[in-house]
Amino acid sequence: MTATYPQVLLKNRKPDRITTLSEYREAGGYEALRRVLTEMDRQEVKTRLADALLLGRGGAGFPAGIKVSTVAEDAPFPRYLVCNADEMEPGTFKDRVFLHAEPHMLIEGMALAAYSIRASHGIIFIRPEYESAAKILEREIGIARGEGLLGERILGSDYDFEIVVHRSGGRYICGEVTAQLNALQGRRPNPKQPPPYATDKGLWGLPTLANNVETLACIPHIVKNGAQWFKDLALTPEAAGTKLFCVSGKVNRPGCYELPLGIKLSEIIETCCGGMKDGATFKACLPGGASTGYLTADHYHIEMDFDSLKKARNRLGTGAVMVFDHHCCMVAATLNLTEFFARESCGWCTPCREGFPYLRDLLWRIENGQGEAGFIPMIKTMCRHLWKSYCAFAPGGVASIESLLMNFEDEVMAHIEGKGCPFKK
Amino acid sequence: MLPEKLKSELTAQIARVDHPREMAIDVINALQDHYGYFSDEALAQAADLLGMSPLELDELATFYTFIYREPVGKHVIHVCDSLICWMEGDENLVAHLCDRLGIQMGGTTADGLFTLLPVCCIGYCDRAPAILVDRQVHGPLTIDALDRLIDTLRENHS
Repeated sequence: MTATYPQVLLKNRKPDRITTLSEYREAGGYEALRRVLTEMDRQEVKTRLADALLLGRGGAGFPAGIKVSTVAEDAPFPRYLVCNADEMEPGTFKDRVFLHAEPHMLIEGMALAAYSIRASHGIIFIRPEYESAAKILEREIGIARGEGLLGERILGSDYDFEIVVHRSGGRYICGEVTAQLNALQGRRPNPKQPPPYATDKGLWGLPTLANNVETLACIPHIVKNGAQWFKDLALTPEAAGTKLFCVSGKVNRPGCYELPLGIKLSEIIETCCGGMKDGATFKACLPGGASTGYLTADHYHIEMDFDSLKKARNRLGTGAVMVFDHHCCMVAATLNLTEFFARESCGWCTPCREGFPYLRDLLWRIENGQGEAGFIPMIKTMCRHLWKSYCAFAPGGVASIESLLMNFEDEVMAHIEGKGCPFKK
Repeated sequence: MLPEKLKSELTAQIARVDHPREMAIDVINALQDHYGYFSDEALAQAADLLGMSPLELDELATFYTFIYREPVGKHVIHVCDSLICWMEGDENLVAHLCDRLGIQMGGTTADGLFTLLPVCCIGYCDRAPAILVDRQVHGPLTIDALDRLIDTLRENHS
């Protein structure tokens, strides 16, 4: 299955329990932290991250090495490191799988990232549906502290770093960093437009670095094995590292798989996931969650990395691959996704608050036999308006609608002309 | 009335952090667990404990999916209706639950045992269709498995 590719983050994954602290240390865990605290300076950690071309794994794909360097040397203290374990992008469950496997890899990654910017406070922001992971993290943070790997004077150095787990009340927008910072400060989590950027004035007006779980988990390996090693893990020259792909929908074996970036979509579906369910035909997939566009059979062999998806005018997003077969109605699927965005809009700005219910209504009518040809230009215009909304939520939310019209206009027209859903006949 | 023990525990937790308001959701959750939902009385007490205004607390309480400002049943069932669970037939689960419990989506059974609510993707797409009962995940669910789950929850209260 996936054994032919190097495993890094899930190498010691067990079916029903975490890797304990002693098992993690036996496998070389916390060695990177020890080396950094005794042999390396902060700049070296930042240089390795930048050279490794580590791109953020939470959806945006922003270079982690650049983000870490935007915390100014003379910035005030205390400084914060936020680990985003909110993972609310539909179809995404990689961080859940990872947290139930390797909590200490995250703790070490957080300690390293924090050390590089001299942060003393770490916070893991986690969604309420992951309560079991929150409990694991709190317990393992305590164990790590007991072993001198967290807390005061880590491993005998002069470096202090603490981590706390912060439970969310549960809303999609909390995954957006500015909204998340509001949530952490007990404020209504509406997003805020930068500047100031979080790395300049984040939590409580102080420098705050925010990264996704998987991004932070890569750091110990990059520090230990070097940037070139990390780049060589990927199959395409532009990409670097492995990726936790979480595959769901109409495949035989949905699940979370660690694979090299640049692996072909067809290989993920056929080799890892055992092919399409019930011998059905691949029709399309969302490559990286609900905020990405449809990839059709034309892209069945696309190399799954950030650059290749961008070239296909799409995005790798979170690596949540949601697969549709030839029985799936793409209008109905898009209606479901639009319902999600209508419900989860924080309501702060008018285009988003008003636009998604409007789009949902038009799609509902098309799906239920009340569509008119004139709806198509109306939908296109409304999608353009939604690009003018306050944060990235709405442009992500219209990605599926725009790609529905781009790739499946015939199917939409068949609904309108046939006065109903052709898949329900 | 808030029991003195819970009040002193929360006061101690709040005293340990740099900024009391960072504890807002934890305090809301604790009071919700105590009262069964986040009542007006709980809201006033949370505001008092945190040194925030009741309005600020209500801004949070009305925002989040898992904070209930109205009474709910002893067991809150959230059925995931996002893409993958929908593809795997969440609508059948909802129809069955409505029928079995004799309520509509959003309703609470007359005996106060169950409340039925929708929820957006809960991050268990590899176990679709999935639901949360009191924040515990169950999936992949068949109608039979759902019936057994409801029976067990009912028996625990009889």
